[in-house]
Amino acid sequence: MITREPQIFDPPPNVFASAGRGIILACQGTGQALLMLLGAAAQTPHLFSRKNRDDVMRQLYLVGIKSLGVVSVVALFTGMILALQVGLELRRYGQENNIGTLVCVSMLREMGPFMTGLVIAASVGSAIAAQMGTMTVAEEIAALDVMSISPLRYLMMPRLVALAVMMPLLTVYTNLLGIFGGAIVGATQLGISLEAYFDNAFRYAENKDLYVGLFKAFLFGLIIVTVACYQGFTATEGAVGVGRATRRTVIVSFLLILVVGYFVTRMFYQ
Amino acid sequence: MIRFENVTKRFGAKTVLDDVSYEIEKGETFVIVGRSGAGKSVSLRHMIRLLTPDAGRIWVDGECISEAGGAELERILGRFGVLFQSAALLQWLNVEDNVCLPLRQKTNLPEDEIRARAAEKLALVGLEGAEQKMPADISGGMRKRVGLARAIVTRPEIILYDEPTSGLDPVISRQIDLLIDDLRRHLGVTSVVVTHDLYSALHIGTRVAMLHEGKFVVCAPPEEFIASRHPVVRDFLQAQGIAGLQDVRKAFGK
Repeated sequence: MITREPQIFDPPPNVFASAGRGIILACQGTGQALLMLLGAAAQTPHLFSRKNRDDVMRQLYLVGIKSLGVVSVVALFTGMILALQVGLELRRYGQENNIGTLVCVSMLREMGPFMTGLVIAASVGSAIAAQMGTMTVAEEIAALDVMSISPLRYLMMPRLVALAVMMPLLTVYTNLLGIFGGAIVGATQLGISLEAYFDNAFRYAENKDLYVGLFKAFLFGLIIVTVACYQGFTATEGAVGVGRATRRTVIVSFLLILVVGYFVTRMFYQ
Repeated sequence: MIRFENVTKRFGAKTVLDDVSYEIEKGETFVIVGRSGAGKSVSLRHMIRLLTPDAGRIWVDGECISEAGGAELERILGRFGVLFQSAALLQWLNVEDNVCLPLRQKTNLPEDEIRARAAEKLALVGLEGAEQKMPADISGGMRKRVGLARAIVTRPEIILYDEPTSGLDPVISRQIDLLIDDLRRHLGVTSVVVTHDLYSALHIGTRVAMLHEGKFVVCAPPEEFIASRHPVVRDFLQAQGIAGLQDVRKAFGK
């Protein structure tokens, strides 16, 4: 059962006890969130069952299609900013023709999955946390538990599948738009022809850059859904608690995306 | 059918249930009354394992629900239907889909039969024609009735009601009370009702129990409850203007 008993503690006697309790609770929370992730992942064989099919399709639509607008704007301008900043510097050395390579490699390796992760954490992650949190404080999660309908299967698994599938796809889309945005800046402000830009862009990019980026995007998807569902399912204290769960989801997701992104990069590019 | 055995529950320094023992018989309507914060809902939540006792055990027909897990817990919970205080309807599902939810998720019944059973239960609670409405578009009383239809659609043996009439106008409250009474008479279900409405408690209850400071101070049939000399019960009856069962009958038009 997801529904948990309220945790009530005596006030800590001093700052050390308070810090210690915070660390213990953070470790407990991490363990519980990971167990939730495993529990939801274990339900993925039911992905296409009559009972879950519609929810999975709805979540794929919400995460993928409904996020396209904001992802498009962010992706395009990320590529444009990258091209402009790098291009202006390289122009001082007469190397502005190389911005294609820099934009392409940056987008594939880092900026594509990173920017997509931030956008999805802020939009989809916060929405999931708010919805789950509202359901928790309104006793809807408890009602599911009592009906023996697993919230992990009924609520978390469709969102997990949606984010695990859509994050890499949206990252490919972000990469393409970002590279295209760089081309626009290159052609209009740096005087680089589209042929030269794209020739340069794809000459030095490797398949590995794409795969590592997509792997990161997949991990970011898991992070977002796990943090959002955990925060939502453990929300307490009504509307205030829902707001807190939403805020924590965005903050923790952002931090984990940064930290995990760094370690994945280090693992593949030493 | 449901037995509390020396159950104690504390939240921090506050003892909400203090070594409580009682048994609810099959087919009866057991009503728990008490002041706000007395632990009525806490008691109810222990029966469906939303809370576990700090000490003691809770038994459902000889099976210990407070220590059950996995498939055993699921099987025991399958015997319960619960009407939550807020009705706890899923907001993105319409009335019909909310009622169909437990059948769709927990059974392999054909869709036609699921919808037929949902329609039957919605008719029972007087909500024919409301199938396509969304929870946000219906009144609090209707939401409670949808919650009740969802609670009984799986044909449970035990139905728990958490403040079924709170926040409702007197007319709708009495309708819900009559519905609870009808379900016991016609379906033979065991009911546990938590309420602070003594009119409701004394009308529908086969036994009424007053919870005060973590203990049941009186647990008796309505006639004996109303005759109790316990000061907490007297205060409660007086506060709601009940001098005798005739006041309750009058309120229900009998």
